[in-house]
Amino acid sequence: MFLIVEARFLAPDVKLLRVQAPLIARKRKAGQFVILRVHDHGERIPLTIADSDPVAGTITIVVQGVGKTTKMLNLKSAGDSICDVVGPLGLPSHVEKFGTVVVIGGGLGTAIAYPTAKAFRQADNHVISIIGGRNRQFVILEEEVRAISNELFVTTDDGSYAEKGFVTDQLAALIAAGRKLDLVLAIGPIPMMRAVAEVTRPHGIKTVVSLNPIMVDGTGMCGGCRVIVGGKPQFACVDGPEFDAHQVDFQILIQRNAMYRDMERKALDQLLQPPAPAVSAGKDAQCPDGDPCRFVEKVPELAGVWKTGA
Amino acid sequence: MHNPIPPKERMKIHRQLMPEQPPLERARNFVEVNRGLDVALAQEEARRCLTCKTQHCFSACPVGVQVRDFIDLVVAGDYLGAAAKIREDNVLPAVTGRVCPQEKQCEGSCILSARGESVAIGYLERFVADYERSVGKVGLPARAPLTGKKVAVVGSGPAGLSCAGDLVLKGHDVTVLEALHEIGGVLVYGIPEFRLPKQIVRDEVENLRLMGVEFRTNVVVGRTVTVDELLGEEGYHAVFVATGAGLPMFLNIPGEHLCGVYSANEFLTRVNLMKANEFPAYDNPIYDCRGKDVAVFGAGNTAMDAVRTSLRLGAKCASIVYRRSEKEMPARAEEVHHAKDEGVQFQMLTNPLEFLGDEKGWLTGVRLQRMELGAPDKSGRRSPVAIEGSEHVLPIHVAIIAIGNKGNPLVQSTTPDLATTRNGYIVADAEKLKTSKPGVFAGGDIVTGGATVILAMGAGRKAAKAIHEYLQSGIW
Ligand SMILES: Cc1cc2nc3c(=O)[nH]c(=O)nc-3n(C[C@H](O)[C@H](O)[C@H](O)COP(=O)(O)OP(=O)(O)OC[C@H]3O[C@@H](n4cnc5c(N)ncnc54)[C@H](O)[C@@H]3O)c2cc1C
Ligand SMILES: Cc1cc2nc3c(=O)[nH]c(=O)nc-3n(C[C@H](O)[C@H](O)[C@H](O)COP(=O)(O)OP(=O)(O)OC[C@H]3O[C@@H](n4cnc5c(N)ncnc54)[C@H](O)[C@@H]3O)c2cc1C
Ligand code: SF4
Ligand code: SF4
Ligand code: FES
Repeated sequence: MFLIVEARFLAPDVKLLRVQAPLIARKRKAGQFVILRVHDHGERIPLTIADSDPVAGTITIVVQGVGKTTKMLNLKSAGDSICDVVGPLGLPSHVEKFGTVVVIGGGLGTAIAYPTAKAFRQADNHVISIIGGRNRQFVILEEEVRAISNELFVTTDDGSYAEKGFVTDQLAALIAAGRKLDLVLAIGPIPMMRAVAEVTRPHGIKTVVSLNPIMVDGTGMCGGCRVIVGGKPQFACVDGPEFDAHQVDFQILIQRNAMYRDMERKALDQLLQPPAPAVSAGKDAQCPDGDPCRFVEKVPELAGVWKTGA
Repeated sequence: MHNPIPPKERMKIHRQLMPEQPPLERARNFVEVNRGLDVALAQEEARRCLTCKTQHCFSACPVGVQVRDFIDLVVAGDYLGAAAKIREDNVLPAVTGRVCPQEKQCEGSCILSARGESVAIGYLERFVADYERSVGKVGLPARAPLTGKKVAVVGSGPAGLSCAGDLVLKGHDVTVLEALHEIGGVLVYGIPEFRLPKQIVRDEVENLRLMGVEFRTNVVVGRTVTVDELLGEEGYHAVFVATGAGLPMFLNIPGEHLCGVYSANEFLTRVNLMKANEFPAYDNPIYDCRGKDVAVFGAGNTAMDAVRTSLRLGAKCASIVYRRSEKEMPARAEEVHHAKDEGVQFQMLTNPLEFLGDEKGWLTGVRLQRMELGAPDKSGRRSPVAIEGSEHVLPIHVAIIAIGNKGNPLVQSTTPDLATTRNGYIVADAEKLKTSKPGVFAGGDIVTGGATVILAMGAGRKAAKAIHEYLQSGIW
């Protein structure tokens, strides 16, 4: 069991969890991830290690509740625990002094890009960060990113905060302004990463993306995480998760990630369904007396879904 | 010897049949196919043994189980004694009794096999191990006084488990480090419940725990901790690497990325380790095979397990597609026979060329080509050659690739002074299982490539012996 020592929402349904995992905290490098299982009937899901504290023996993960497992994880509070956490997995980000590096984080991608941005800065790069979200609420870790960036641009799709537009608009503007960019790292939704790749491709700017295929073991044993890079299959859990954006077949990744959509929907619907026992996330996260209030209180934006029983 | 029947009379008794679930019923459930012999059947079978002086059965068992002597104890009705006799050489009898390729080993060399009906040694081994379990009297051997030496065993498959068991008995302090969240290696994530109930593996692991072995799950050696750190700051005096062959090979033909194309490792892991067959009670999903057509490529034990698992998930039509002929199939005879009874189709001498998909990226079929056996090559094997104009399309929804594994590279790639072969396996000498790195031993599939449970166990035991010697003498 892995104890959660801190848990707080950063945005609606985006939660930061600090977890006791001393062996992983000691070893982890920027760009690596863990695989965890919330409870003993749970699936194994990969999550990036956003930060770690080797002295306190903790790792930080930032979780976006998109389906059953991540929503159950977001029900957890400090003092609860997670059944299994294994890592650090994957290859660390390739960090050296490149010169000027643009780090782009879309939505939750900001949390995944943050540790690598920090490492770029520590390696003496000039770090330009561009972070964005659908609206103001989804811009996360702004202060943390600002602290490690030489320049920071913030965008929202709807203009509810900072610059209106997409992160790619800012990137295109930098290129148009004639800035010499040595490396671009883009992490976020697949369409965003694909768009970034298309912006940099004509200019021959080296671009790296972090891929998020469906994983099981995370040790190279199952081959489920295979992605097509440069026309060849690669196992993202051991050969990645970072790859050359200009070589990645994003279409195949999108298709493969949709493989279990119907079942995932079903699992989530069941989770959101009263009565309360269905929302249990293991013994220690059980709603007291089957009272669903705690669930609604913790995941406020689901209150609506709950009432309509969707 | 206890057998009251004169040898001539023994030869008249026919081999007992294993009671099994009816084929069409079992093809839809995950309960074990073989029900096991009862006492009467076991007695009858045991009495067939000729108690030979030259024990071919013993010589053909990779770990040297004293077959004749344990069978004699069965005849005498001393089932616990028989179990203890097996345990002298084999720490996982309930497992090997079920999964050893007996027809190529002990039974294949039994003197009676000349007449086509060898003694059912596997059934008897399973019988006494199950008996021992059912009465709850597993004869755990006593532990030697503690030596204060620490050994790390990397990987909890049969090689790791048997090595850990032997070393702990010698009084060493043994920790097994396993990457997954469950202990057992292929025994828990690969071989299905209907062939090897997971409770058996859990019980064996519990026995080892009682003997003093410490198990740590969720530790990936090479990532969470390296071999050098184990030997350095972690304070281990020796390391046994038993990480198995866990890197799936693909066919490298077009369309392998389509949704619905699985490696056998993924397909079986989703069901065995993650219980996807019980979705949504368990969270891990698997392709809904109900009413679908499934093809499995390959013809080893893994292929048989995958194809039979797909039937149990509801597949309408499940086929084995294999480029050689039936004779060359590497699977255990019993598995092929069971698969046929359950309705699996066998397409021999057939080679896949390309997977076909729809515009959304889902598998719809596979283009196949018929083969014929050509002239024998240098090794004497007749290799298959394509028949011109034999291309055809088989419509399928799920394809499972079971053509073998390569060595899992995580340990090798993070331990620079560990010599490996061209195929990525670890180099270790055959007797002492020593690697190129002092203090590090290796055995099982990570050295031999995909082999068998009993060979992995044998390697684990050999390694334990060599590690014990090394710890005592300090001489590498
Ligand atoms: C290397 C890597 C790092 C990641 N880092 C983070 C992170 O830091 N924070 C974060 O919130 N998310 C991260 N993800 C994505 C996260 O793993 C998925 O959102 C999560 O698995 C969804 O599970 P679910 O049951 O909640 O949702 P589901 O309803 O099961 O799935 C929603 C979508 O998530 C994806 N998914 C489902 N199961 C898996 C699985 N076992 N492995 C991978 N993807 C899956 C599929 O595309 C699916 O359509 C990362 C993914 C990878 C591969
Ligand atoms: C589906 C299937 C069916 C089979 N059927 C039969 C059969 O009927 N009869 C038979 O005799 N044989 C059978 N085999 C073969 C047999 O299972 C193997 O030969 C045997 O399990 C090898 O044992 P092992 O201990 O070397 O490795 P494994 O059983 O592969 O165990 C290795 C363990 O090491 C762990 N590991 C890997 N890397 C690391 C790391 N870096 N750090 C920590 N842990 C790690 C793995 O997670 C795994 O648990 C079958 C194999 C498969 C896949
Ligand atoms: S361990 Fe395997 S080969 Fe040896 S006697 Fe038992 S079943 Fe036969
Ligand atoms: S070879 Fe066959 S008959 Fe002879 S002792 Fe062994 S099992 Fe018995
Ligand atoms: S997740 Fe299984 S091989 Fe990558």
